[in-house]
Amino acid sequence: MPAMADETLFQLLHTQVVAAAYGAGRGSGDEGLRAGLTVLEGMGFRVGQGLAERLPQGALAFREELDTIKFLCRDLWGAVFGKQTDNLRTNHQGTYILQDNNFPFLTQMAWGQQYLEEAPKVLGEQFLAFTCGLLRGTLSSLGIESSVTASVTSLPACKFQVVIQKA
Amino acid sequence: MRKKNKNKNNKNLNASWLKPYSLLQNYPLYIRSIPAEQELKFHYTVHTSLDVVDEKVSAMGKALVDQRELYLGLLYPTEDYKVYGYVTNSKVKFVMVVDSSNTALRDNEIRSMFRKLHNSYTDVMCNPFYNPGDRIHSRAFDNMVTSMMVQVC
Repeated sequence: MPAMADETLFQLLHTQVVAAAYGAGRGSGDEGLRAGLTVLEGMGFRVGQGLAERLPQGALAFREELDTIKFLCRDLWGAVFGKQTDNLRTNHQGTYILQDNNFPFLTQMAWGQQYLEEAPKVLGEQFLAFTCGLLRGTLSSLGIESSVTASVTSLPACKFQVVIQKA
Repeated sequence: MRKKNKNKNNKNLNASWLKPYSLLQNYPLYIRSIPAEQELKFHYTVHTSLDVVDEKVSAMGKALVDQRELYLGLLYPTEDYKVYGYVTNSKVKFVMVVDSSNTALRDNEIRSMFRKLHNSYTDVMCNPFYNPGDRIHSRAFDNMVTSMMVQVC
């Protein structure tokens, strides 16, 4: 089934993109890391902008902020990751936490013990930078400026924190 | 809150304008007209119609909204125009200026034209070599617009 192959292909591609972003030529250490992060997040941002044009199949459905975030959790997650987020929390003051208990990019890493000790920080910040950019880009195209960060608590679960910038 | 306003595609039959307007400052992303004279006047027409578009968008607030709006009511005393508008979720505006002497154009034709415009714009947006906010130079887009205008003229 072509649909099933899509997900695997995307995951493989994503892994390579991450490797290339932090790979040789960017230098090691903090600077190289930051450069890689910027590239990866920027990539995700641009893809998010395109997605925001293509995905909403229908009328101006976003009456308020929460609707747009729900669109992310349902439609965007469904289109990109083949599932929906498992939990959405908000403090009603512009911060949202999107939780996914079985994030497709992390499932392969969750099999053994090897990566459990690997700083969750590394995974959250560096590996998920593309996804953070993706969310930020989609929101930006839909009229919401935000900052998105990710954190990995226990593989393969992760949380994305979206903080809306007040103008 | 800053509003992103992109206006696109003004179509004026007997003088067709395509005008996309873009972010914050509301500048056009794409302009096309047949014939190509009187551009300045259409620039003005479209720009003033932006206000009406903004009005409608903010009025649509809580109610279930439709994606297109018709007939912004800009009729000049000297000449007759019908101005149609269309807004997408990303606040991109399409404005079409049509000569009133062309009575053959029906509502659903206008709608399908806007749909085609929107689809082509989405394609442009997904082009990785296109930077959002730039003027649109895509030939595919041009061709689509040309074929639409030819059809109607």
